[in-house]
Amino acid sequence: MTAAAPRINQDLLRPLLETSWRFYALVLCLGALVAVGVGAWFYQVYYGFGVTGIRWPIYWAFYITNFVFWIGISHAGTLISAILRLVNAGWRRPVTRCAEAITVFALMIGALFPMIHLGRPWLFFWLIPYPSERQIWPNPRSPLVWDFFAIATYLTGSLLFLLLPMIPDFALVRDKTTGWRKKTYGMLALGWQGTPKQWHRLESAMQIMAIAIIPVAVSVHTIVSFDFSMAPVPGWHSTIFGPYFVAGAIFSGIAALIIAMAALRRFLHLEEYLHPVHFQNLGKLLLLMSLLWAYFVFNDRLMIWYGNEPAEMAVFWVTQRGSFAPLHWAMIVCNFVIPLLFLTHKRVRTITGCVIASVAVCIGMWLERFLIVVPALGHKYLPYSWGSYSPQPVEILVTISTVAAMILLYVLFAKFVPIISIWELKVGEQSRLPTPEAMREHPLWQANP
Amino acid sequence: MARKWGIAVDLDRCTGCGACVTACHAENNIPTVGAAEAARGRAMHWIRIERYWEGEFPDVRVKFRPVMCAHCDAAPCEPVCPTYASHHTADGLNAQVYNRCIGTRYCANACPTNVRFFNFFNPAWDKPFHLQFNPDVSVRSVGIMEKCTFCVQRIKAADSAAKADGRELKDGDVQPACAQSCPAKALVFGDLQDPESEVSRLSKSPRGRPLLDLGLLPKVTYLSRQTDV
Repeated sequence: MTAAAPRINQDLLRPLLETSWRFYALVLCLGALVAVGVGAWFYQVYYGFGVTGIRWPIYWAFYITNFVFWIGISHAGTLISAILRLVNAGWRRPVTRCAEAITVFALMIGALFPMIHLGRPWLFFWLIPYPSERQIWPNPRSPLVWDFFAIATYLTGSLLFLLLPMIPDFALVRDKTTGWRKKTYGMLALGWQGTPKQWHRLESAMQIMAIAIIPVAVSVHTIVSFDFSMAPVPGWHSTIFGPYFVAGAIFSGIAALIIAMAALRRFLHLEEYLHPVHFQNLGKLLLLMSLLWAYFVFNDRLMIWYGNEPAEMAVFWVTQRGSFAPLHWAMIVCNFVIPLLFLTHKRVRTITGCVIASVAVCIGMWLERFLIVVPALGHKYLPYSWGSYSPQPVEILVTISTVAAMILLYVLFAKFVPIISIWELKVGEQSRLPTPEAMREHPLWQANP
Repeated sequence: MARKWGIAVDLDRCTGCGACVTACHAENNIPTVGAAEAARGRAMHWIRIERYWEGEFPDVRVKFRPVMCAHCDAAPCEPVCPTYASHHTADGLNAQVYNRCIGTRYCANACPTNVRFFNFFNPAWDKPFHLQFNPDVSVRSVGIMEKCTFCVQRIKAADSAAKADGRELKDGDVQPACAQSCPAKALVFGDLQDPESEVSRLSKSPRGRPLLDLGLLPKVTYLSRQTDV
């Protein structure tokens, strides 16, 4: 045990053991917002979908935008933490758990939207393959059914990926506390004693999960993009959508992670654990994804422009300089201009700079999804059937309340679980002395002794 | 022999009178949503008359185009439905199974011609329309999709009648409400599998073309105006 261990314990277990009135106030506010959203949704179910803004022919709008947005946010965590684990990047240690938690909660919220947006939500279980007495299974050709499998797999995988490294920390909480905490965390620790055998198994399991989760994460947002690209709708039917959506998902995910880390750092006083260098590194990653995203967007637009297909050009013009142009150019500013301004130079890539860029990216990526869903549906082949959309209060309330639900879940999580992996941090403190073989410098003249 | 029902629409004959739309509403128990809701894009017309103007005033020409579900043989609405509510029947109809529909609205998004309609509210009829329901057609509830069925209830009734009489259906035995009520006979319905039927003959006309050339194998053929050929 290193000298820093007692301090790490004390700092990171503090949020679990001490609760200020501000926590209750925050939970109450967020809970109220969630309740309003649930109420709005019941209102919609009771009176009919007509209380929303959707109309012929724009049958998908805010809810599907939110669905894609939240599934996108979920790509922060697990993917980043898996990649950083696999390449054994030392700076990952304080970052991984807050990232993985984002994944799990964003997925839970994203997965609600296919149910929220159903015309008959009480029959949502027909999307799930269950042995019904009439032997009717969901249609395996439908991208919505692929969504179900993709999201269920990703949720299971990322939940395991989150829970596995939590076991030693649960054991620590069990050992450091008394009363109901000792009992509860004792159960959650699954009999963890810290024997070499247990450590070995944990490390192997995490290695397997880290490798397995990467293709799953990539496939999930590819399949979400298939919801659009499989339909012969101008502006949707594009081969680029798979990687374009995955890039956008990781982009918005990193932004969400930076915001969450900055908030945790500030409110849980984790300045000594989440250093400016973490934001520097994630800021660089965000900049990279911003450039990649811009590359995909440019590609997409260029192909449409050169293809010059009348139906696609209608969608193109309405987003570039028609009624959706203000949103479109706001998206470009949020996703490209602001990240470029705040992330390219080391001096502005501070924590504040990273947070400003990240908030812009989250807004921009939400707009991007909206601009994929709505203008295309409003401008299909027959000009007679073109239409426009404006959201109604119920959709706005449900959207706001899911943001509140995300924050609420995160706040509760940080209350009951050490938000920074304590044991991994201690390993990091310890392993400063010998560098592992794979991480060492290998000069040319020593490569083949 | 399996049938392949289809319609030939002669654009030269269509006057845009809207009798087909009215007849369709009456035959299929389609609710009228009222002016306010219609303005919000909630009107449901299984068949609609699209109007396009050409030229500048006063030299204006108006063109009408009746548009209904084309019951495409490669319909994009069918594979995307997660519950098989939208599916192809043996005689080539693109059927909507109301009981299976959970309202994802994916089919309507996938449809390039926007001929599918969502029930935003439970249906209601202004008096005295509530007294003229067609007993052969079920009323659709809130939250599900509906669309042109080629008046499947009439096809089934004619089938049963022919079977009872021990004869084959002949061309003209089945008329959907729109074709029946068209005063200009712009809509001709029949079996495309039967080479002798009027609809087959018209569909093979050099004037015939699909509404959209997307390779969806639609069974509604539009006969171009002579002036446009």
